[in-house]
Amino acid sequence: MKKVVCVILSVLLAVSCLVGLTGCGSNDDQITLYVYNWGQYIAEDDDDSIDVIAAFEEAYPNITVKYSTYDSNEIMYSKLSNGGITVDVIIPSDYMIGRMIQEGMLEKLNFDNIPNYQYIDDTFKNTAYDPENQYSVPYTWGTVGIIYNTKYVDEADVTGWELLWNDKYAGKILMFDNSRDAFGIAEYLLGYDVNTTDEAELQACAEKLAEQKPVVQQYVMDQIFDAMENEEAWIAPYYAGDYLTMAEENPDLAFYQPKEQGFNVFIDAMCIPTCCQEKEAAELFINFLCDPEISAANMAYLGYSTPSSAAKDYLDPEIAGSRVAYPDADTLKAASSFNFLPEETSRYMESLFMEVRNG
Amino acid sequence: MKRNKSVLLSAPYLIWMVVFTLIPLGVVCYYAFTDPSSGEFTLKNLRELNLYWGVLGQSVLYSIVSAFICLLLGYPVAYFIAHRGPTAQRFLYMLVMLPMCMSFLLRTLAWVGLLQDTGIINNILAALGFHRIRMIRTPGAVVLGMVYNYLPYMILPLYAVIVKIDHRLIEAAEDLGCNGAQVFGRVILPLSVPGILSGMTMVFVPAVSTFYISQKLGGTDTVLIGDVIERQFKQGNNPNLGAALSLVLMILVFVCTGIMNRFGGDSEEGGVIV
Repeated sequence: MKKVVCVILSVLLAVSCLVGLTGCGSNDDQITLYVYNWGQYIAEDDDDSIDVIAAFEEAYPNITVKYSTYDSNEIMYSKLSNGGITVDVIIPSDYMIGRMIQEGMLEKLNFDNIPNYQYIDDTFKNTAYDPENQYSVPYTWGTVGIIYNTKYVDEADVTGWELLWNDKYAGKILMFDNSRDAFGIAEYLLGYDVNTTDEAELQACAEKLAEQKPVVQQYVMDQIFDAMENEEAWIAPYYAGDYLTMAEENPDLAFYQPKEQGFNVFIDAMCIPTCCQEKEAAELFINFLCDPEISAANMAYLGYSTPSSAAKDYLDPEIAGSRVAYPDADTLKAASSFNFLPEETSRYMESLFMEVRNG
Repeated sequence: MKRNKSVLLSAPYLIWMVVFTLIPLGVVCYYAFTDPSSGEFTLKNLRELNLYWGVLGQSVLYSIVSAFICLLLGYPVAYFIAHRGPTAQRFLYMLVMLPMCMSFLLRTLAWVGLLQDTGIINNILAALGFHRIRMIRTPGAVVLGMVYNYLPYMILPLYAVIVKIDHRLIEAAEDLGCNGAQVFGRVILPLSVPGILSGMTMVFVPAVSTFYISQKLGGTDTVLIGDVIERQFKQGNNPNLGAALSLVLMILVFVCTGIMNRFGGDSEEGGVIV
């Protein structure tokens, strides 16, 4: 019996020594920065574009970036609010930033570490979600519209959001797999305010979305790229920037914004959540992404629009002149942004959307 | 002395069980009975379950159908393998196991590539001048995915039982005047019931809780309970309802396997794996 105890103790001792050693070894002054971003939302080493994260690690050799992705604001929010993880930088959209500020989930930024903030255009400052510019630095902006394949979709049917309900294309229509964007479309279609908190209106939207379900092929986020490029699906609402990426692969794809009904314009901005461990490094990272040259190279890859005119100067004139990425003022007049909703409304909308999806 | 030793040796796993099975189970129960925003005790999550009985029924139906198809396909294969020579047996056994060496997610995605409207099968059909057929996003595709992925779990326990059937019993039955069908129906089949039961259980349990297969191969109406649970934790941000659903699913699985075992309760070879 004693022998067994001895053996176990010595094994434990050996293991703890090893753990101690490796603990010391990795503790130099190497910093690990956890970046949590949308999927397909930063330039990666591909063809001739730069790898933004590799460039950052080269510029700051003592920082290693651990990068992971999410499919929608709601998934990111769930993960962070469930706690127990370390994330240093996130890039949510406007309404989600407003919600996270309200719920105390974001850190105030130290702008002394983000001098490149000066390059952000004034239109993207003092926004509704962050009126005093304390918590967020704009990364991209863009609009939502309908992407459709001109080979299969009759132009005469492209009249507005109702195209997504057209049973002529049943089984070939994709739909947003997140509550806010999906409800937004129903709200534009039914003529409601996109920031409504009226439960009866939201209920009507849910019914509209349930009505659409039989013609929907799949509820998707990033799987949209494959489906639209391979023509497995013909019609989908999505973000303008991603349309530009898809159109490079399949030139038959077209983009349409229902000007009469309205559509969403969004800003995605970089923030530091309260579970951050390396705030200064996170600010360095945010600053790096605001560098006009880096931002231009990044946007050239993403297809999204840059919030910085200085960066636009570095962009290929063809991209900078794109009406999809940079709609004219007249088109933008029809667009509206999502504001953050009271917590009960967000919860109610999410539960209605779950019922639509699971019903 | 001897007893102490066995306690000591099993201690690592016992601790593991407490930390990673019993405590998490407690956490699931805690979540299932608390309110998402206030954290107070509530039965609200259980009341919300009313919305999901249809989904639950659909999941049970799909997995039972899959388990039966697996049995129909798997039994002859297991029987065939069990009656080969030792080298052939080892080889065939390995072939059954082989697909399991590859990622489950990858294999399901491969089916998407095969079945979708612009997939390999439809492209071949179109090239030959036939119409494209709708295969993916149908209930059939979901059942196909389940059968394909879980068939080895049916074949392996069946094989293990059939290979051990005493050949003298079969000879005795033949000597006593049974024809081939009677030998199978009255001797071999009853003796393989334990294998059938554990095979059914091992297909049914993972199939009823799966979510990936239905998301990739199913349409917007083939929602399974696993999908609903996954969504409550991810987009839905309602882990409490997710926990309540998991709890119900767990009870349901216990009930179903209990019923199955009851069917086989009179067999003497009670070695059923649950």
